[in-house]
Order: sequence, then structure tokens, then C-alpha cells
Amino acid sequence: MSSQGVTRRDILKSLAIGAVGGSVLQVIPAKAAEFVHQAVRKEKAASPAGKYAPKYFSAHQYEMLNWLCDAIIPKDEHSGGAVDAGAPEFIDLLTSENEKYQLRLGGGLVWLDSFCADRYVKSFMECAPEQRNEVLDLIAYRKNGKKDPSLSQGVSFFSFLRKMTCDGFYTSKIGIADLQYIGNTSVREFPGCPPVPESHT
Amino acid sequence: MAQVTRSPKTYDVCVIGSGAGGGMAAKILTEGGLSVALLEAGPQVYPEKDFKMLMWPYDLPHRGAGVGGAALENFGEFLAPNGSWDIAGEPYTSAPGSDFQWFRSRIVGGRTNHWGRIALRFAPVDFRSYTRDSLGADWPISYEDIAPYYDKVESYIGVFGTKENVSSAPDGVFLPPPKPRCHELIVKKACDKLGVICIPSRLAILTQSVNGRQACHYCGQCGRGCVTASNFSSSQVLLPPAMATGKLTLITGAMAREVLVGKDGKAEGVSYIDKATRTEKRVSARAVVLAASACESARLLLNSKSSLFPDGLANSSGTVGKYLMDSTGSDGWGEFPYLDKMPPHNHDGVGGMHMYIPWWKFDRKNDFPRGYHIEIWGGRDMPGVGMFNDLCHREEGYGAGLKKRARQVYGTTIGFSGRGEMIPNPDTYCEIDPDVVDQWGIPVLRFHFKWTDYELRQAQDMQQTFRAIVEAAGGEYRTKTRIDGPYPFGIREGGKIIHEVGTARMGADPKTSVLNGYCQAHDVKNLFVTDGASLVTNPDKNPTLTIMALSWRASDYLLSEAQKGNL
Repeated sequence: MSSQGVTRRDILKSLAIGAVGGSVLQVIPAKAAEFVHQAVRKEKAASPAGKYAPKYFSAHQYEMLNWLCDAIIPKDEHSGGAVDAGAPEFIDLLTSENEKYQLRLGGGLVWLDSFCADRYVKSFMECAPEQRNEVLDLIAYRKNGKKDPSLSQGVSFFSFLRKMTCDGFYTSKIGIADLQYIGNTSVREFPGCPPVPESHT
Repeated sequence: MAQVTRSPKTYDVCVIGSGAGGGMAAKILTEGGLSVALLEAGPQVYPEKDFKMLMWPYDLPHRGAGVGGAALENFGEFLAPNGSWDIAGEPYTSAPGSDFQWFRSRIVGGRTNHWGRIALRFAPVDFRSYTRDSLGADWPISYEDIAPYYDKVESYIGVFGTKENVSSAPDGVFLPPPKPRCHELIVKKACDKLGVICIPSRLAILTQSVNGRQACHYCGQCGRGCVTASNFSSSQVLLPPAMATGKLTLITGAMAREVLVGKDGKAEGVSYIDKATRTEKRVSARAVVLAASACESARLLLNSKSSLFPDGLANSSGTVGKYLMDSTGSDGWGEFPYLDKMPPHNHDGVGGMHMYIPWWKFDRKNDFPRGYHIEIWGGRDMPGVGMFNDLCHREEGYGAGLKKRARQVYGTTIGFSGRGEMIPNPDTYCEIDPDVVDQWGIPVLRFHFKWTDYELRQAQDMQQTFRAIVEAAGGEYRTKTRIDGPYPFGIREGGKIIHEVGTARMGADPKTSVLNGYCQAHDVKNLFVTDGASLVTNPDKNPTLTIMALSWRASDYLLSEAQKGNL
């Protein structure tokens, strides 16, 4: 986290210095410095020194959430998975603030346990990994819910969790690097489009 | 009321609203030597603290989704602050059958802190609309009247673009444009094939230093607000020079309630609610300029009732609140799988399109009046919340396959936003809701809104054009729209494009208009309205540049009338 922070601070500082001569914006340097200090505090606060304590989900549900997030976006040869990217923290924070999310996700996790109790006489986390994947294969597709209405609430839950997990993953440092996004920086000139590979123009 | 605090001095002018129209009036009037009290309903803005320039999504605990995901419906958490479709304690209502959305920014600079910076001139033909097709009304002024002010505004705020000689999109005073992005080159090529005009866009963003403001650093985040003021905002570009005159008194947290009128029928000040103390205060002034945004200004006029003006101030025509227009809006996008072979590169550029499609079918007969332009977006944007919603919905599943697909589709979409001219209609207007007040005790607006076949056919044409461009460029058009329901052809709800204007229109005839060609009220000569309310038509050019040109012109006129003692 620190290297990006330093880059951003450096950019803000250099931009602020550049504005000193400006007739319109003489106030910037002092305020920019104040801002930089705030940014540092935020970055320190965000550093993963301690373990995250869930604000909404119970310990059991949070364990389920972690497993599900990593099932949706797993670690692969390119990058870490959704748990490495902090997706469960992100989802827990938003859910703690939104009653609709609490119904959809909190209720959905209970549904999942009940479904496994009916099917395997075990809770979701007590099931073997193959059994859990079997359940996901059922609730990961709308067509299954249409065929078997007893699955439709699970499908709706999983669809929402999938979107939230993608949001959590692709807004993380790991997820952004996975997409090879380049930018969010200060450049003197915009270089335009690099040569488009011949076969694709 | 228990206690009313009057300002100890009488200002030359009280300006209400600090956005494009109010900021410009404050600058020109103070530089012209007048003392100005500027009322702003929101707080001061501190760009270096409030703007989230160069932050990553993971720098915020909510990653851009906002508390409880609330920002997902509000352009996201990174937007320049204090703008929202819903403001707690300050409601508005929609009449049954209408769904009007009203985006308001309560902050110094108003919506110019976050706006799209699209700075397009209206064309000569846009001022003669009725003459042209017997719809709506002609303006009392011509392109020649406003052109010198377009020149001045562009020179002062800085607008990039190119001279193209397209009659629907007049050239201006331009800085050089940035180079096109990859997806824009692809669209340009397809447009050439189809005979569609595609040219560098015109945005109020500096590609060179202007008046001590630094050139753009190409982080692509203008909507977050710019710490270096390399794009235009009223708060950073118009108000500092006004403040430097020593003639400007900025009063924040001031929710204007009513324009006060003397026995002679002239405006003599403004009463407002001081939000911090919840008490009524008054500013005395020799002239009043309303620039609170088109609908807020209409609300103020309608709420300023007196025995002299029983139907609201400057409303002898009964047209205040009428002729409300937004832009026709419909969006679409296509997927271009071949783009996944593009090498990763910095695609950010300025915060907005580098190329756009001006109205190009001005030389032929179409099955709808007037026209639209097309904004282009897509490519390798900074990832953010919601980016893979469509992929998740369309392809479902989970695991390594989903992750791989996200990697493949990232940066391979190109999107289009059509923005067209709405014709004012009798079913679209705002009025005072008889039953509802806001938390400041001020009666609120009730909106009536209806699209007609004119706009629906325009939206249909937009969808057909988007599809044609995507297919000509070798992509697959993904947007599906219905032909029935409340929003056929993907037309957006009224207000959603945030170009609401026309609610105190100018005109030559005081019986059918509120203002004259100088934005001066027909009924009250020391009262002016310099926001979008004065617009007679709402061409497919985003209104901000024209609002500023009209405000500058009105302010020059106000100065000269004040000097002559005519106010």
C-alpha cells in the first residue's frame, strides 16, 4: 500500500508547488500539505496490522463469506483471490450500513445453511468442499432456479454476492493490477493510442 | 417571525447561487466596481481537501460505493462533493404519472465542481427555432449577439477543440485538443465509413496553461474536481478574481427564501434562512440576480408573492416554471473482443471524451425535429464498483473462469450517450407544491414531466445510430431497449441528463416570456435571472457555456444600466 501512497503524495506535492505562481490558486500549498497529512493518517489506519473484526456478520457467517468470496474470485497464476483483496471486509462494511443488504446477504447465508442441512444434514461449512461446490453449481445460474423453484432464492442471493465480490476484488490493489490498468497518475502529455496490433485494426 | 436580522449595509447587487451563472455575474459585477453579496445554500469548498483527485478505490473504505452502497445510484463516491438526486430535508415532488429527477449541488461552485466540462456553442439556427420548424419559440437575441461573449468565455475559462466548420457546431476560441484514445480512433474510422461526422470534442479543460492555471495532468478524473483547477469550475476560476476585487461578500449556508419587493415594485433585497442558526436573515440590495439553477430560480420567483405580484414575482405572463426542458438522453454500448489484444497502456487522458459526434444530419429531413450529439466513452478506464455488473449478469458462474473473463472483457467496451434537443410541451413544467415545505419552511417544487413522440423518435434514432457504429467497427451491440413501457428506446427519466432549463424564458413579448434578451425581468427592471432558466430552447449542446455567455452579457448590461441610473 505504501508505494502507491508515496506516489500520490509526491504527485500532489509537485502539483501544488507548480501552482505557486498561479494567480488564481495561491492558497494551495499550505492546504495541500494538510491534505497530505490526512492522507498519511488514512493510509496508516488502513494498513492491515490487525485482523478485521466483522461489523455485521457473525463469526460463522463471516467464515462462510470468506469461503464464498474466494470461490467466486480465487487465487490463480496471475493474482491473489478475493479474500486477499479484502472483499469480505468491504462487503461486511456495506452490509452493516444497509438493511436491504442485510436481508439479501445475511438472510442468504442462513438460507444456504438451511439448504445444506436439508440436503446433506450438515451446515455449509461442515460440508466437504466438493459438496459446497455442488451447491454453488446449482445457485450460480438463473436457469437452475427456473427449473427448480426451491433454488431461486439461493440464485438471487448468489447473484448479488457475485457482484459485490467483483466490486470488492476489482477495486483492490490486487484486482486493479490483475486487469493491468495503468494510470491514475500525473503525466505532462497524453501519449494517445499506442500502435494497435495490425491484425486487430 | 421572531427575529429577522437585516444586513447593516445595502449592497449594489445580491446574487443568488455561486455556480456557472452566479459565479460569472459575481466576477463581472465586482470587476465592474459594484459591491456584491453572493448567497450560496451550501458550504465553502476546499478543493485540496474535498476533491478525491488521484485517489484509488481502495483508499476509501467503501471503495467508491459510499455508505451502505448509497453512492452507487449517485455517480459514485468520488464525485466532487455535495451533489445528489436527493438532499435530506430538501425534497421535491413529482405529480402522479411524472418521474422527474433533480440533481442539486449545495456547495460553493455548485454543479460546476463536477460537471462534464462539455462546452459547446449553440448554433445560429438554434436561436431561430420557431422560424425554422414552427415549434417552440424564437429567441429575442441572435447568434451574432452572443458570439462575442462565447469568445470571451472560452478565452477566459479555456476550452480545447478544433476548427471544423460544421454548421450545427460553431467553432470557438480553442486550445489544442488531446490526442484520441484507441476506442475513439476506432469509432472515428467507423463514422468515416458511415458518413457520420466525428471530431475532437470541446471541453473546458486546459491543454495549456491559462491565466496562471496549470495545464491538465491527464488523470482522467475531472468529475472528482481538480486540485490544480486545470478544468473549469466557478469555485476555482470565477470566484477567486471576484474575491480579489474586495467587493465580494460570500455568504454560505444561505437558503434563499424570497426576493423582497418595495412599494415601487422593484426588488430591494433577499430574505434567506441561515442554515446554521435556522433563522431568517435579509440582505438589502439595489439589484438582484437569480442564478440558483433554473428550477430553484423559478421556485424563488413563484414563492415571492406580494400584493403587487400575487402570482409570484416577474410572473405577469404566467410562464414562470413553464417550458421546462431537459436533454433527450439514451445510451448504449458494444463489446469489441478484438480489443483484448491491445497492450496495457495509460488511457486516462482528460476527464471526458477526446472525440465526439456533433449533430450531423442537419442537412436532411428526419422523422423528428432538431438534433442530438453523441458522446463516446469506453476503453481501459480505472476499475471501479459496478464495472463487471454486466459480465456477472450475462455470464454468471464463478471461479477461475469468471476471473479470466473479467480480464478478457476489461477495456473492450465502447459506449455512446446521445444527448438531444427536447421540444417544450404543455405537460412539462414545475409549480409550487401546495402541501409540502422543506426543512427551512420554504414551499417546494412539484414537477410535471412528459416526453413526446419527438423525443422518443430521437431516442430511437440514437439507438439505431449506436448499433450502426458498433457494427461498422466490428463490435457487437449489447444494449437492449424496449419499444414500449415508460422509457422506450432507453430514453432516460426527465432531469437525468441534468440539463434542466427554460423555466423563466426570455422573449420579445412580455406576455409570453419572463425576461428580455438581457436576462432582465420584463416586470421588474432591477431583477435578472442568469442561470439556465432564461433559455428559450435547449439545443443538443450542453447549456453551461451558453449560461456563462448570457450571464456575462447580462452583467455587462446591468453595469451599464446601473451607471446610467436606470435600475
